[in-house]
Amino acid sequence: MSLLRIESLTKEFGGVHAVEDVSFAVEPGAVFSVIGPNGAGKTTLFNLITGLYEPTAGKVLFRDEDMTKAPPHRLAERGMARTFQNLQIFFNMTALENVMVGRTLAAEKGVFATLLALPRIRKSDEAARAKAEELMRFVGLGDYLDADSDAMPYGALKRLEIARALAAEPKLLLLDEPAAGLNPAETAEIGPLIRRIRDAGTTVVLVEHDMKLVMGVSDRILVLNYGQRLAEGTAAEVRANPDVVAAYLGTGHA
Amino acid sequence: MAQLLQFLFSGVTVGAIYALVALGFALIYNASHVINFAQGEFVMLGGLATVGFVAAGLPLAPAALLAILLTILVGFALQKFAVEPARGASVVSIIIITIGASIFFRGGAQVIWGKDFHRLPAFTGEDPILIGGAALLPQSLWVIGVSAVVVVALRWFFGSTLAGKAMLAVSHNRLAAELCGISVNRVLLLSFGLSGGLGALAGILIAPITLTSYQVGTMLGLKGFCAAIVGGLGSGPGAIVGGLVLGIAEAMAAGYISSAYKDAVAFVAILVVLVVMPGGIFGKKGTERV
Amino acid sequence: MAGFWTARRAGLAALALAIAVLPLLLPNKFYFNMAILIGLNAIVCVGLNLLIGYAGQISLGHAAFFGLGAYASAVFSAKLGWHPLISMAAGAVMVSLLAFAVARPILKLKGHYLAMATLGLGIIISIVLNRELDVTGGPDGMPVPRIRFGDVRVRGEHTWYWIVGVALWLSVWLSLNLIESPIGRALRAVHGSEVAASTLGIDVARAKSFVFVVSAAYASIAGSLTAHYLEFVTPSEAGFLRSVEFVTMVVLGGMASTYGAVIGAAILTALPQALAAFHDYEHLVFGAILMATMILMPKGLVPTLVERFRGSKS
Repeated sequence: MSLLRIESLTKEFGGVHAVEDVSFAVEPGAVFSVIGPNGAGKTTLFNLITGLYEPTAGKVLFRDEDMTKAPPHRLAERGMARTFQNLQIFFNMTALENVMVGRTLAAEKGVFATLLALPRIRKSDEAARAKAEELMRFVGLGDYLDADSDAMPYGALKRLEIARALAAEPKLLLLDEPAAGLNPAETAEIGPLIRRIRDAGTTVVLVEHDMKLVMGVSDRILVLNYGQRLAEGTAAEVRANPDVVAAYLGTGHA
Repeated sequence: MAQLLQFLFSGVTVGAIYALVALGFALIYNASHVINFAQGEFVMLGGLATVGFVAAGLPLAPAALLAILLTILVGFALQKFAVEPARGASVVSIIIITIGASIFFRGGAQVIWGKDFHRLPAFTGEDPILIGGAALLPQSLWVIGVSAVVVVALRWFFGSTLAGKAMLAVSHNRLAAELCGISVNRVLLLSFGLSGGLGALAGILIAPITLTSYQVGTMLGLKGFCAAIVGGLGSGPGAIVGGLVLGIAEAMAAGYISSAYKDAVAFVAILVVLVVMPGGIFGKKGTERV
Repeated sequence: MAGFWTARRAGLAALALAIAVLPLLLPNKFYFNMAILIGLNAIVCVGLNLLIGYAGQISLGHAAFFGLGAYASAVFSAKLGWHPLISMAAGAVMVSLLAFAVARPILKLKGHYLAMATLGLGIIISIVLNRELDVTGGPDGMPVPRIRFGDVRVRGEHTWYWIVGVALWLSVWLSLNLIESPIGRALRAVHGSEVAASTLGIDVARAKSFVFVVSAAYASIAGSLTAHYLEFVTPSEAGFLRSVEFVTMVVLGGMASTYGAVIGAAILTALPQALAAFHDYEHLVFGAILMATMILMPKGLVPTLVERFRGSKS
C-alpha cells in the first residue's frame, strides 16, 4: 500500500499549467525526491499535496484516503508535515517554542482545562518541552535550546523547521528545498539527517536542486519539466536518462 | 419622480465629496500602504481654515486657496513627522499614529476655531434651480463640477507628468522605483500633500451646504474610506465610483427607508464588500506565494 | 519552596498585593472612582490583548461588545426585571454568539481590511444602539438599576473597588492560563505564520474565531459591570472613539503582554483626567502624546522598558 499516491494531478493558474497530469506513488520508508529545472512546478506540486492549493484536476491519496480537497490542518492530523522553501518560522517565539508548536496535535487542548490551569496542562507542556529538546538535538541544534528564533542563523532555522515538522510525529515529511541557501558544509549534513529521519520511521519526500544531495540520499527520483513528468526511477536510472540529461543535468554536475 | 430626482441630486453631491476623500485615501495608500485615518481632518481643515481667512477679511477665492495650501503643508508635516519615523512599525501601530494625528488636528481646530458650527457662503448664490420638480443647489453643481475637473487633472497628472508616473512606480514596487533613482521620500511627501489638498478642496466645496465644525472630519473620513474600499482600495476610478455609489445609496436609504439609519449605509456596504468581494469593484485579486 | 515562585505566580501575587494595598493610598472617592474605571477598562484590554497582541489580529470595533454588554445589563435588569448577574451572563452569551457569528467571515481578512471590517461592525452596532429609542433610550442613554442581593444593595466606591479588583485579577489569571498553554501557543503560531500553523494541525479559522469570541466576552462582562457601577449607560460607550481608546490602551501598554494591557489601561484612563488641566488643549495634547508614544515606542511601554531594563538591543 503506497503511503502517498498522486493521480493525474493538474494545476492551472490562469493560462499557465504549473503542474500537468502528474502521477506517482511513494512507498512507506522511502526517500523520494522531486527534481527539475526552475519553474518546473516542484513547489506548486508540494503546495497541492499539502493542501495549500486546490488542484484543477487529479487526486491526492494519502494513506489510501482521498485528501485532494483536505485543508492543511486535516492533512497534519492524518500524519503529513512539511517545511517551507521560504522559511515560515514563528519569529514571535523562541526556538524551543517553535518546535513545541509542532506538538499541538498531541497536546492537551481542552478549553476548560486550559482556562482553569488544571495540572494536566502543565504536564502536557512539560512533555512537549522534553520532546522538543530531544528533537532539536536530533537535528543538531543542541546549542540553540535557549535561543530566540530571530537570533539564529539561516542554516539553523532551516533545521529548526525540520525539527518542528518532526514534532508532529508525521508518517510523511515533505522537505521543500532543505539545502537552499546553505553553504557546502551545512548541505553535507542534510543527507545524513534525512537518512536518520527515514531510519526513525518517517517517509520523506524531497524537493531539491542540489544534485549531490539528491543522488546520494534518494531511493526514487521524479523529474519534472514544464509541470509534466519527464522521468522517474532510481538515481542511476534517472542519471542515465538522456531526456533528463538534456533538460536538466547538463554537464559537470553530479 | 421628483422625489427620486431630489435624492439623486443630494446623493451625487455628497457622493462627489466622498469620492474626493476616497481619492485622498487611495493616493496615500498606493504610495505608502498606510491608511490615513486623519484624511477626514484634511476636509475639516479646508473648510474651517477658509472660514477663518474669510473672517480675517480675505475674499473667498484667495481664502480658499490659502486654506488648501495650509492643508497641503499639514499633509507634508503628517508624513514627515508622524508616518515616516514610524516606517516598519506594525499595521496596528501605524493606524494608532494616524488616529492620534486626527485627534491632534481635531484638538487643534477646536483651539483655533472653537466648537461652533461655521458657514461659508455659497460660491454663486443660494437659490435652488428647479429641475423636474426637484431642487438642485448651485453649490451642488460646483461640487460635482470641480470634482470632475479634479479627476481629469489627476488623470493627466498620473498619465503625463514625471512626478505622477514616479508616484505610480512607487505604488507598484517601492524598491524598484528607488533603484531607478526615484526619491521615494519625495513621492511620499507629494502623496500626502496632494491628499491634503484634495481633502481641503472637498471641505471647502461642501461647507456652504452642510456647515463645518471641528468634528465634521471623523464621519466624513470614515465614510470616504468606506467608499475607497467599496471601489477597491488603491484604485482611482474605484474611489470615484465608490464615492458616488455610496452617496447615492445613502440618499436613497435616507429617503426611502429611514433617515435614522442613514449613517449605517456606508458601514453595511463596507462589511458586505469586505466579506464578499474584498477587492472592491475595481480591485485586483492576488495569491500569496509560499 | 523556591520552585513555587515562578514568574507567573510572582506576577499574579504582585497584582493581588497591588489591588489589596492600593486603597490605603487612595485619598478620596474621586481616586477610588478612577481606580474602578481603570480596572474596568483593563478587563476589556486584557481580553483585547489576547486578540491583538497574541493572536496578531485587530479590532477597531471592540467597544461595540462592551456597549452591548452594558445595554444587556441595562435592558434585561430594568425592562425585564432580571437579576443583574443573570443579565450579565445573558449579555455575555449574547455577545459571544454575535462574535461567533461574525468571526468566520470577518477573520478571513487581514491587516487593514480586517481593521475596517471590525470598524464597520462596531459602528453599525453603535448606530443601532443610538437609534432604537424604545429599547435603549436612544442617544440620551438609559438608567441601570443597582445590583442587589435580597435586601442588600451593592453600592459605594469601596464595594465596587473590591468587585472590580477581583474581576480584574480573575481576568488576568484566565488570560495567563490561556496564553501559557498549548492553545495559547497555537494562537501565537497563527500570529507568526498562518500557513505554517495550519500545516502543524492548527485549524486557523477556528483558532481566530475562538480568541475573537473570548475577547468579546471579556468586553461584554466589563461593559455589564460598568453599567451597574455607573448606574447609567449611553451609546457613546459603544462608539468608534471608545474602540480606538481600547486599542490604544493595548498597544500603548505593550502587545503580547497581559500586564502591559493593564498598565496601558491605567495610563490612558488617568491621562485625560490629568490633561483636564489643559482644558481646551486636552485633545491636542492627547493626540500628540499618542503619536509620540507610538513613534518612539512602537512595541509599547512594557516591552520597551523590559528590553531597556535587560540591556538587550532593541
